[in-house]
Amino acid sequence: MAVEADGLRKAYGETVALAGLDLAVEAGTVYGLLGPNGAGKTTTVGVLTTLVRADAGRATVAGRDVAADPAGVRARIGLVGQHAAIDEVLTGRQNLVLFGRLMHLGVSRARARACELLERFGLQDAADRPAGEYSGGMRRRLDLAAGLIRSPAVLFLDEPTTGLDPRSRSEVWDAVRALAADGTTVLLTTQYLEEADRLADRIAVVTGGRVVAEGPPAQLKDALPDGDWIEVTVREAGDLAAAAALLERISVAEPEVDPQALRVSAPVRDRMGALAAVVGELDAEDVALRRPTLDEVFLELTK
Amino acid sequence: MTLRWILSDTWTLTGRALAHWARRPFVILVGLLFPVLVLLMFAYLLRGGYGADYPSVLVPGLLALATVFGLEATMTAVVTDGQRGISTRLRTLPMSGAAVLGGRAVADLLNAVAGLAVLMAAGWAIGWRIESGLLDALGAVGLLLWLRFALIWAGIYLGLVAGKPEAVASVQILVWPLGFLSNAFTDPASMPAWLGAIADWNPMSATAAAVRELFGNPGWGGDSWAAQHPVLLAVLWPAVLTAVCFPLAVAKYRSRP
Repeated sequence: MAVEADGLRKAYGETVALAGLDLAVEAGTVYGLLGPNGAGKTTTVGVLTTLVRADAGRATVAGRDVAADPAGVRARIGLVGQHAAIDEVLTGRQNLVLFGRLMHLGVSRARARACELLERFGLQDAADRPAGEYSGGMRRRLDLAAGLIRSPAVLFLDEPTTGLDPRSRSEVWDAVRALAADGTTVLLTTQYLEEADRLADRIAVVTGGRVVAEGPPAQLKDALPDGDWIEVTVREAGDLAAAAALLERISVAEPEVDPQALRVSAPVRDRMGALAAVVGELDAEDVALRRPTLDEVFLELTK
Repeated sequence: MTLRWILSDTWTLTGRALAHWARRPFVILVGLLFPVLVLLMFAYLLRGGYGADYPSVLVPGLLALATVFGLEATMTAVVTDGQRGISTRLRTLPMSGAAVLGGRAVADLLNAVAGLAVLMAAGWAIGWRIESGLLDALGAVGLLLWLRFALIWAGIYLGLVAGKPEAVASVQILVWPLGFLSNAFTDPASMPAWLGAIADWNPMSATAAAVRELFGNPGWGGDSWAAQHPVLLAVLWPAVLTAVCFPLAVAKYRSRP
């Protein structure tokens, strides 16, 4: 296991940040910690990167105990935090050389590594401009590059795309996928389901400082108690009420109405029966059965 | 962590500060010239009833004041790194925390040397002179840097505790009364007795008076024990400050929430 955590607890005064969090991340995978604000994601990353001392429990990263051997952990990890940790006065290249030297690469190797990483993250044209002039996406990529200088065994990404525009976000996603393809173990935290779904091999849903569900994205969707969803698109807004009433009768939960899309959806157990009822009783524009989205899983789990 | 790496990392981080100067010469220039501006204001606009030798009294006072201004520079640098997340990154690197503090200290001392040189040159231009021997003069500069050294640890500690730029602004404001409630510009004997006593014992006054004595410049005189023993106090005050602030700064830097 690249990361193992066992019963991590942490409280800040009255506020419980971690309430017995367990985690096991296999080497070479992308692992997503998914949860709302205040769920304990950043605290978890803090404990695993030796920035925060846990009150109880133990954790190892790359085989080193975070409490007993913090220096050993630091030598094997990269951290990209919520705020791009780069020196805005220095150029992109100066940043990477600086951090490379502080990782004890030596001047010439630090320079060579900076060149490699600037090219890999598509920053060679901006390499000699101050990082303060970079766009949000470029800063993140520079930040990622800085986290990768020593080819860490485990890379921690704390909300790597928070506050980025969609284009910058997809740039960062591409970079993370490329890392995963190279076999780097990545532990990322996110509030965005789409991000976890797209990037992570496994996801842990975190809320209230503990893991409430864990597994590959597909399996999490399967685990949802209500099974598949039926989705009915009506011809006009006036039909919405009738469709909602029907779905309420055949569904196991309150239907969701989306007036803009003229759509009503609800989870069902008896797929064929539900389909037959809708086709028989409604003159609908379209009807479909689909797997629940991760959004629905997430809302269900963090209720 | 071997001593070799600590020294090498300290130097790397000092180099970072020097690279900042090279990339933003204007910012550095403003920082160096601001005390000169204050000097000119006092020498020509606010000299009041003082005579032609006012620059001789004033320049050592301003050297001490400029040294105290350095507190803000240290604090600002620490707060900026904290806000940018750079402190967090440095903490997750396999390097010694001593180098992070050491790099800040060396860079700020170099900056102080440059600042003192510029201010002394400006003072020279308006009539201030070193009227003592080389050793005494070096002793004066040494005492100024000694005060600056103590304020580095105060600045690091305050910067780590404050964490926000607004806090730096309030310290910037508080430095002014501290700077003026001293013997830098006027004779404490001219103040109400209780204020004069505070001004006499102000650590900045000790350094200013000691610097006057060592440069061979005229002082205000004064009968208080503090006014009679400025060099001793200029050695002791920063030592006390360092003894208090250095462990605080290190503990604060090392503490994990």
